[in-house]
Amino acid sequence: MHSRYEVVIGLEVHVQLTTKTKIFCGCSTAFGSHPNSQTCPVCLGLPGALPVLNQQVVEYAIRAGLATNCQIAPRSIFARKNYFYPDLPKGYQISQFELPITEHGWLDIDKEAGEKKRIGITRIHMEEDAGKLLHGGNSGSRVDLNRACTPLLEVVSEPDMRSADEAIEYLKQLHQIVVYLGICDGNLEEGSFRCDANVSLRPFGQVELGTRAELKNINSFRFIKQAIEYEVERQAELLDDGGKVVQETRLFDADTGVSRSMRGKEEAHDYRYFPDPDLVPLVVDEAWISRVRAELPEMPLVKRQRYVEQFELPDYDAGVLSAERGVAEYFEALVDLHAQPKICSNWVMGEVMRALKENGSTIIDCPVSPELLAGLLKRIDDNTISNKIAKTVFEEIWQTGKSADQVIEEKGLKQVSDSGAIEAILNEVIAANMGQFEELKAGKDKLTGFFVGQVMKLSKGKANPGMVNQLIQKKLSE
Amino acid sequence: MSFSQMSIRQLQQSLRDGKTSSVELTRACLERIAATDARVNAFVTVCDESALAAAAEADRKLAAGEGGPLTGIPIAVKDIFNTAGVRTSCGSRILENYTAPYDATAFAKLQQQGAILLGKLNMDEFAMGSSNENSANDPVHNPWDLERVPGGSSGGSAAALAAGQAYATLGTDTGGSIRQPASFCGVVGVKPTYGRVSRYGVIAYASSLDQVGPLAHNVEDAALMLGAIAGYDPADSTSVDCPVPDYLTGLNAGVKGMKIGLPREYFIEGLDPAVKQAVEAAIEVYRGLGAEIVDVSLPHTDYAVACYYLIATAEASSNLARYDGVRYGVRQRVEGGLTGMYEKTRAAGFGDEVKRRIMLGTYALSSGYYDAYYLKAQKVRTLIREDFLKAFEQVDLLLTPVAPTAAFKLGEKTDDPLQMYLSDIFTIPVNLAGTCALSLPCGMDGQLPVGLQLIGQPFDEARILQAAQAYEAETDWHKQRAPLD
Repeated sequence: MHSRYEVVIGLEVHVQLTTKTKIFCGCSTAFGSHPNSQTCPVCLGLPGALPVLNQQVVEYAIRAGLATNCQIAPRSIFARKNYFYPDLPKGYQISQFELPITEHGWLDIDKEAGEKKRIGITRIHMEEDAGKLLHGGNSGSRVDLNRACTPLLEVVSEPDMRSADEAIEYLKQLHQIVVYLGICDGNLEEGSFRCDANVSLRPFGQVELGTRAELKNINSFRFIKQAIEYEVERQAELLDDGGKVVQETRLFDADTGVSRSMRGKEEAHDYRYFPDPDLVPLVVDEAWISRVRAELPEMPLVKRQRYVEQFELPDYDAGVLSAERGVAEYFEALVDLHAQPKICSNWVMGEVMRALKENGSTIIDCPVSPELLAGLLKRIDDNTISNKIAKTVFEEIWQTGKSADQVIEEKGLKQVSDSGAIEAILNEVIAANMGQFEELKAGKDKLTGFFVGQVMKLSKGKANPGMVNQLIQKKLSE
Repeated sequence: MSFSQMSIRQLQQSLRDGKTSSVELTRACLERIAATDARVNAFVTVCDESALAAAAEADRKLAAGEGGPLTGIPIAVKDIFNTAGVRTSCGSRILENYTAPYDATAFAKLQQQGAILLGKLNMDEFAMGSSNENSANDPVHNPWDLERVPGGSSGGSAAALAAGQAYATLGTDTGGSIRQPASFCGVVGVKPTYGRVSRYGVIAYASSLDQVGPLAHNVEDAALMLGAIAGYDPADSTSVDCPVPDYLTGLNAGVKGMKIGLPREYFIEGLDPAVKQAVEAAIEVYRGLGAEIVDVSLPHTDYAVACYYLIATAEASSNLARYDGVRYGVRQRVEGGLTGMYEKTRAAGFGDEVKRRIMLGTYALSSGYYDAYYLKAQKVRTLIREDFLKAFEQVDLLLTPVAPTAAFKLGEKTDDPLQMYLSDIFTIPVNLAGTCALSLPCGMDGQLPVGLQLIGQPFDEARILQAAQAYEAETDWHKQRAPLD
């Protein structure tokens, strides 16, 4: 990173909303259907068809606005953004220009050493997505309009970020928020969360902004970082050589790690925005805003703080558990059933997340419900099984969906707490390891673990480790 | 009385009484079209087979005592209304091969109520014009004088009635496109309040001004038709959820005590003496019927035409962007990629007037010009609307001429767009104000009909229909028929 220039970054993020139907018609928004199977006169832009606003989209926009500390406009306007492209059936995109639904917000991002930095959010507005062009060989290009008219929020930040890392931190937090709010599936590969970055440099101390380049449509956090860093290098070299940065739109190629100019300022579109006469001004009253506010889920940072205070969890645990709304809900459901937060936390962060990852599954689809897991933890707590056996039982529950008690019963995993039986095994172990036993007797305490381990091994893990310990002590004092 | 002179209500009674059948009425209309339309050219599509089939179905319903006041009545609609399965070309080459997969709400309502679709009516391309000469088809000829224009843009809708080809028609009115042709052709035309009738499925010219309305032989038929198509439509966000009164109830309540305003800005030099005389005679009829005539002012009238040609063209430039040859319509296949295809398709597909308005509107919306043109025009529009609302604080309705002259000759104004634009000078302000108005026959300029415009308060169509009915009951102008045979 060049130290001669201050890097200035502003981001525009397109958040695809998870409404069941499109923003201006009743067609499904499902991904991956047969081309043009989810279309109607409205989203095909047929002559005479008219848009009708999906109320759920407004609800989601209000949620996003409130969660990012924005003000919700009592009256907002849809505008037409006019340009020609084959994936844009009406020859204009319905968006918002003057008077968007929500403006003037901010997010606090984490810096090193627990510091926070506030990033301004200029505005969030609603708009429709365009379709997709399918370029294929000799048959020419084809247009799939399934995605046309899918609802988007465009979140525009202030040029407040000073490094690629800050930009990533902001994006991660915004991503977490929209997923938390249940308004976006957050799927970067499918394009549910797309980012354009405006990057400029200026000498340190200069107030006015340098000329910016806009980096278009980057769809992974890693590529965004690469693209920004490449752009900073490119501009710094230009400036170092006495050149000038030209205002332009650039396209980043993730394969080569290089960006190229897409269009310059003189080729920039004049979008001829004007209020869409087919849609009346959108009025959002205070009651609506209050209801949405009341129904907002607890945001991750607040939740994290609460976990530390209410459950006395380490900040690390609280951070991991609150990062994803589904995980947090799972954890809280578990604590409700098994009031030992740290043990619950260990299991969720440990076995549950490991198994999810191994199986490529998400918490929503987790086959071991909080109820099933609580049943298991109860059997550890009452010494029916050991922690180690519990992991085996967990696997079995995951595979079969059976309860812990059923698994323990069927597999005969019940902990052996019969002192006679355990003593018999212990005697066997001592007989086979007399040398070590003498050393233990002589005070080499760490050998206790060895004897416990051997007994557990011979008992196939079923011996109650507490009792094994007690019996060893008894043998030593004999 | 022959069926062709009956009102729709009388016809319906004859159908119910078994004195005629829908098939008989429909066949008579189709024969009349066949006999006259080579000269008039009101229809761009005639639906012989489907009309007769629908008529036979209507007759079954009538025999079973089912259906409503429009069951079995042959009608026709402007080619701007989408009609599933029947071509909708909107007077344009670019849509000459286009058939919509769905119905416009207003047309669907008529069809659900049993009206029989005879066919689609000629019009100025994308409803842009005042003479019907901007149609991609040959122009419509005025049945009163085949050398003259029928008015526009709903010229076919007015001429078909004057030629006795249908019992009622639908048109659209963006700056006078129902009222001016109604005036030129001697029929009744209603431009309802913006939001009164759904625009869904009606091909857009200027979305904030376009409104659907009926044309008919008499006021009662127009009232019946308006009642059939009016009402809130969830598919049109700009339609208004406001109760629709029964326009036939109270239609005959007269005008005694009604206050009628005469906006002085509408009685200007340049108003043809014959038109002036007819309108002044109509004022006297109203005075005689007990209405109070009041002088009022609409001070921003002078700015209306300029304001209209900025707002309407701005919206049109965007509304017509979808005709790009990608998904439907006529595509010009050329080398040179996408831009070449766009350019050739639109150059070949649109006529001169449409291109002129797209360019005007694009300019008005362009960065750097938006504030001076589009935004200023919107402010003027607000002033014009306030003029009307202020006048309505003093009077119940306004009375004006519809157009400065009777029908002019084909070709007379085609080389002078500004002269053409001025033929809508008295109708345009009503669209800018978003309120309702109608045109009804009130005299003759030689062999040509002259129309009277009644302008009502927003959503008060009932009152202008009532006033029109009172005038019609007192006069015989609506009974005159074009000398076509």
